[in-house]
Amino acid sequence: MSLVSQKVVLDVMSIRRDFPILQVKVRNEKPLIYLDSAATSQKPEQVITAEANFYRELNSGVHRGAHYLSELATDAYEQARARVAGFVGAKPEELVITKNATESLNLLAYAFSNQNSPLLLKAGDEILITEMEHHANLVPWQQVAEKTGATLRWIPITESGELSYESVEQLITEKTKVVSVTQMSNVLGTINDLDFLAERARAVGAKFFVDACQSVPHMKIDFAKMNADAIAFSAHKMLGPLGIGVLIAREELLDQMPPFLTGGSMIETVAMDKSTFAKAPKKFEAGTPNAAGIVATAAAVNYLENIGMEQIREHEKELTDYLLKGLAQISSVKVFAAEVAQRGSAVSFTVDQVHPHDVGQVLDDDGIAIRVGHHCAWPLMKKLNVHATSRISTYLYNDKHEIDKFLTSLERVKSFFGVK
Amino acid sequence: MQLESLYQEVILDHYRNPRGKGLRGEWQGESHQVNPTCGDEITLRVNLNRAKDQILDISYESQGCSISQASASVMYEQVNEKSLADFEKIFDEFYAMMQSQGKFSADEDLIGDGVAFIGVAQYPARVKCALLAWMAAKDAIGKATQ
Repeated sequence: MSLVSQKVVLDVMSIRRDFPILQVKVRNEKPLIYLDSAATSQKPEQVITAEANFYRELNSGVHRGAHYLSELATDAYEQARARVAGFVGAKPEELVITKNATESLNLLAYAFSNQNSPLLLKAGDEILITEMEHHANLVPWQQVAEKTGATLRWIPITESGELSYESVEQLITEKTKVVSVTQMSNVLGTINDLDFLAERARAVGAKFFVDACQSVPHMKIDFAKMNADAIAFSAHKMLGPLGIGVLIAREELLDQMPPFLTGGSMIETVAMDKSTFAKAPKKFEAGTPNAAGIVATAAAVNYLENIGMEQIREHEKELTDYLLKGLAQISSVKVFAAEVAQRGSAVSFTVDQVHPHDVGQVLDDDGIAIRVGHHCAWPLMKKLNVHATSRISTYLYNDKHEIDKFLTSLERVKSFFGVK
Repeated sequence: MQLESLYQEVILDHYRNPRGKGLRGEWQGESHQVNPTCGDEITLRVNLNRAKDQILDISYESQGCSISQASASVMYEQVNEKSLADFEKIFDEFYAMMQSQGKFSADEDLIGDGVAFIGVAQYPARVKCALLAWMAAKDAIGKATQ
């Protein structure tokens, strides 16, 4: 066990006290070491309380009814929207509340395959994504291509785990109508050069979209300064509740996009034979919304901002450096994208001759939670020439002691399965 | 230790020395099964006798975790060259044990080394791994006897 010395970027001890689940014991009274935040983050008491308090004090339908509680709930809902928008440098009018980032991306993609949409693609048009996309930013675009006859292309990744920027010149052409890329790979942790890609997309008049699920929780994002038409992310990866996704898009784009779900709340007028729709973002929020969820998401934003996104990023960089150094010292362990220029805290690795499922099982026996499998990025697995990897991902509540325990447990994996 | 009850020595042995692995010659039914949560997969073929009531050979190619690989090996050992009636009995016994969360004491005469998977049955996330090859066999037989 290494002696832990660290410059204090975050007061992790006091942060940990805010997260009730970190006190939970797992697998025969072992302390939980949660290293799976890229899948979903844990929630601080402040977020849990905010969600519960909505039901205790405000619960009623938003945007309907003239009664007192409904006014309060509506106010809380819209304030929360503004709070979350402000967190990423967007205007409240630009923020659509969905149920998860997958829905956000589907809503976006729908605008390019709907017959009545001014954005409808046609045969000969091209959609460009990357080889490191999560299925959520891949499958919806496959569907668009299938429905419209457009062609789906992707930017390959290099051996080192970065996008092949040199291939972009050939891939972004006059035919390209949509470029949709992840800001941070959920598997490799690689951070992509969005400025470069956005500039190329702009040059040919293509729309530029960003899957920001892995970036928004971990670094400061400013939509106003970003050269993007839309970004998508989810609350549950950034200390917020399950059941809330966000789509942020330029107003001109939102105006052009057709609604994906229709019904109550999203209309302007309704007659038996025809309806007109409300303005965005309400146009995209059909049905009774998850008001408690967005209120709790605003509480998560408050929490993150109190700590400071720069501090969180610094803390994670330090932890990730420490982790990568530790992994490099263990033989028979292969780390993917270990040397990329810019990276987040998700780190994928394999252990020679041991399937990731088995790696995860031994770690689990030591109370350590990691993710194993294809991470909803099956094509990337093929590219890496593996069927699956193990992934460790840290957040503001993790510390070096936990990394040490993880590394020790990894040695146990090797000895258990007889790896030299 | 929980971990040792999951990874019993007999399971690790089947994992390291799989029985009957590799795709072979004649077959009437083939099944490709994937575990979509982890990407583990198996392609399995079954060769039946002319009356289609007896397994002559089960052959398979697979990749995946120790549990899924060992389970394929155990399945091969237990059902190869058995009648389809026996296959059903063996399958049902193993399946019942895997669904029992570790409470069902299976008949070793029927499922042989399969009894070692009782520990796996206590880990819901791994039950699918253990059943992958068995589901493939059932599916392939279904196709062969259609």
